[in-house]
Amino acid sequence: MSVNETVKFGRSKGFFETFDRRPGPIKKNMHYCPGCGHGILHKLIAEALIDLGMRDKMIVISPVGCAVFAYYYFDCGGISVPHGRAPAVATGMIRANPDSFVISYQGDGDLGAIGLNNFLQAANRGENMTVCFVNNGIYGMTSGQMAPTTLVGQKTATSPYGRSATNEGYPLKVAEMVAALESPIYVERVALTSTKNIRAARTALRKGLTYMREKRGFSLIEFLAACPVNLKKNASEADDWIENNMIPYFPLGRFKDVASDRSPIERPEPVFDKEKVVEALFPADSGLDWRKKEAKLRKELRIKCAGFGGQGVLSLGLMIAEMGQSRDINVSWLPSYGPEMRGGTANCSVVLSNNEIGSPIVKETNLLITMNQPSMDKFLPDLLPKGLLLYDRTNIERPDTDRRTYSVEAGRIAIELGNPKCANSAIMGAFAACLRGIEQVNYEEAFEEAIRKTFAKKANLVNLNIEAFRKGKESVKIENVN
Amino acid sequence: MSISMVKESMSFNTRKLLLKGNEASVYGALLAGCECFFGYPITPASEIANTSAEFFPKLNRTFLQAESEIAAINMVFGASAAGHRALTASSGLGISLKQEGVSYIATCELPAVIIDVMRGGPGLGNIGPEQSDYNQVVKGGGHGSYKCVVLAPNSPQEMCDFTFKAFDLADKYRTPVYVLTDGVVGQMLESVSLPDPIGKKPLPEWALAGTAETRRNMITSIYLDYDDLESVNLKLQAKYAEIMRNEQRYEAYMVDDAELIMVGYGIISRLIRSAVDTLRSEGRKVGMLRPKSLFPFPVDALRRLVGNADSFLCVEMSNGQMIDDVRLAIECSKPVRLLNRMGGNVPSLEEITGKCGEILK
Ligand SMILES: Cc1ncc(C[n+]2csc(CCOP(=O)(O)OP(=O)(O)O)c2C)c(N)n1
Ligand code: SF4
Ligand SMILES: [Mg+2]
Repeated sequence: MSVNETVKFGRSKGFFETFDRRPGPIKKNMHYCPGCGHGILHKLIAEALIDLGMRDKMIVISPVGCAVFAYYYFDCGGISVPHGRAPAVATGMIRANPDSFVISYQGDGDLGAIGLNNFLQAANRGENMTVCFVNNGIYGMTSGQMAPTTLVGQKTATSPYGRSATNEGYPLKVAEMVAALESPIYVERVALTSTKNIRAARTALRKGLTYMREKRGFSLIEFLAACPVNLKKNASEADDWIENNMIPYFPLGRFKDVASDRSPIERPEPVFDKEKVVEALFPADSGLDWRKKEAKLRKELRIKCAGFGGQGVLSLGLMIAEMGQSRDINVSWLPSYGPEMRGGTANCSVVLSNNEIGSPIVKETNLLITMNQPSMDKFLPDLLPKGLLLYDRTNIERPDTDRRTYSVEAGRIAIELGNPKCANSAIMGAFAACLRGIEQVNYEEAFEEAIRKTFAKKANLVNLNIEAFRKGKESVKIENVN
Repeated sequence: MSISMVKESMSFNTRKLLLKGNEASVYGALLAGCECFFGYPITPASEIANTSAEFFPKLNRTFLQAESEIAAINMVFGASAAGHRALTASSGLGISLKQEGVSYIATCELPAVIIDVMRGGPGLGNIGPEQSDYNQVVKGGGHGSYKCVVLAPNSPQEMCDFTFKAFDLADKYRTPVYVLTDGVVGQMLESVSLPDPIGKKPLPEWALAGTAETRRNMITSIYLDYDDLESVNLKLQAKYAEIMRNEQRYEAYMVDDAELIMVGYGIISRLIRSAVDTLRSEGRKVGMLRPKSLFPFPVDALRRLVGNADSFLCVEMSNGQMIDDVRLAIECSKPVRLLNRMGGNVPSLEEITGKCGEILK
């Protein structure tokens, strides 16, 4: 099918020669209605891409709205994205590739309604992007519903009696709002109406794009634009309407320009060098050669450590796990989390096994360590008949149980050493002593290694905790041997 | 450990770290060359963001806390469109918010990796472990006829390995890949040996790389013409069929002579394994089929087992979402029963062995 098309404007090299991406017979003209602001802005952008030498590195994001097909036209990277999400997509693109340029092209529904948060957050992060915001006061694409920028009294498909300040509030002043933020560098409102206004719009656009090229950060240019179809006016009537009705409420002008105060955003090259990656991921103290120190447990130990939140029961469990790891025993550790976490008590499940570990959730325990009364009351019933109990005598009454029981005054030891936080190391000392009773292997050295490793970053705490560990080990008391 | 020690041990997979499942997934991602993490905090997935925040900047890679899950998935969309490996992570309600974005990514045929550490639902639910995102993750979840590859780790080691693998699958099929697990696997800590890091990959030719060569690339998911959109759909379906043929993953345990086969994934599979051991020690013929990929579901393996087994038992932490796939796989040719808990409760070993006892009588 051949169509007689007339090209209404000289084609800039920022546009494709013909719009082959456009389905259907029309390949030379854009899909916008006559007099539409989008068409005018497209032309300004296309020319600027060439004149500023930014075309190859540019990606124009097509929003949801009448400009959804912007990628039909611009001879640069194009992507269409979910409604309102252009600034988030743009963020992803320029963080991944800080050398590319991105225009987030958005309508007033897209930017001011569904996507307001994404837009404001990108502005507030100062992302190096230019937002071209087309404020036509209407939802063009969905045929004329109210936008956040629709004027009070203006009739639309969804404000058939006119927008009311009490029902929908006053129109959103986007440029003013963004200018109030610290991060954005440049904010200007222009109008795509008279020749004079369009010339000012052209200058503003180029300023924003130049700042982006210099990597100075976030620019917003708000373009008051005509949607003659939905205003039910012809092109020149629509322009008059904007000048007489929109501009008085949305004053034109530069709201912010602080680019000269800001230095370019620098983002260093990502590191892929294998040795450097390994160095970053492998902590310096992880070189314990566990393979030479294998140990065999007589049976799987299913341990529950429980106490108050601040008593260090979780790290007690972690240190036990570290100890097992350093002897090539399979270990798992699971902190209390979710529905179990109540009333400021904490607990963790630790499993030590020479076999593959099934469930890391310890319900039936063969080793229970309690540091406060509520956890003793809660978990003692789950201690298996042949299980072993170890508790902190400082805080807990002697339990009435026939299980094999040990106790240690961990809390008191810690206070005497001047730091209540090392009670868990005292408990660990006692635990090491108990293990000596049930296992043939001496784990004490491994426990000390685990303490050194746990506190590797806090050298002053290593000695304190080792001291607590030794005191706990020495003073463990046998309460009940069954 | 110094670099020279790593060299001595040749590669670092002879060495092990104690890591939480959530942490291990970040190691897997970084070693797979992931360049960007975008996420929004949510328990029980938060350590993925926290660990990313620690390690991505150390390698000059991007960590950005997004303003919402919606923003995060769209940032992943952007980074992926630019040709870079990108990751996000969330749970339950956060995954619900991502669905529109995932649908776009799937339709645009872009790679992306999403980790879902499932929590209790519906509504705000709680932060306990559940498996109730199965339907919204395995069945597409957003609008339109798309699907994502879904891998289901059951340990910190697999959190690392499957996340690593997810990036390869995402690139290979140009599709979003989920790593789907539960709060227990995310929170638990075990020994993990790490894969060797991969170097920088060349940018794919379709990327919007901001270069003269890639200038005419475009990425879109809007097709006004009905036939055009139908072709896009058919192409996607052909891809899913290929994935179905190539990528079914599972672990079979003691299935050969099993009269009853339990099916479960994530933390449940570890309980099932213990249950199988217990019951086998009593002479009961039970086995386990654990899907390691949920899409594609290990249909072929299940079909092979139908002949021998008398019945199946699905163990799930949801209202029973995976069970439909088991029934479909075996075309309802054998009874398929359900043992399930919800609300953050994990079925106990006794519940599982008890249920098996009832079935086997
Ligand atoms: C999530 C979602 N909700 C709703 C829509 C329908 N929709 C398409 S365009 C549009 C309004 C766009 O208005 P605006 O951003 O002002 O753009 P204009 O067409 O006026 O340029 C809406 C609501 C959509 N595509 N996606
Ligand atoms: S409906 Fe309005 S905004 Fe959309 S193309 Fe027509 S004039 Fe432009
Ligand atoms: Mg509009």
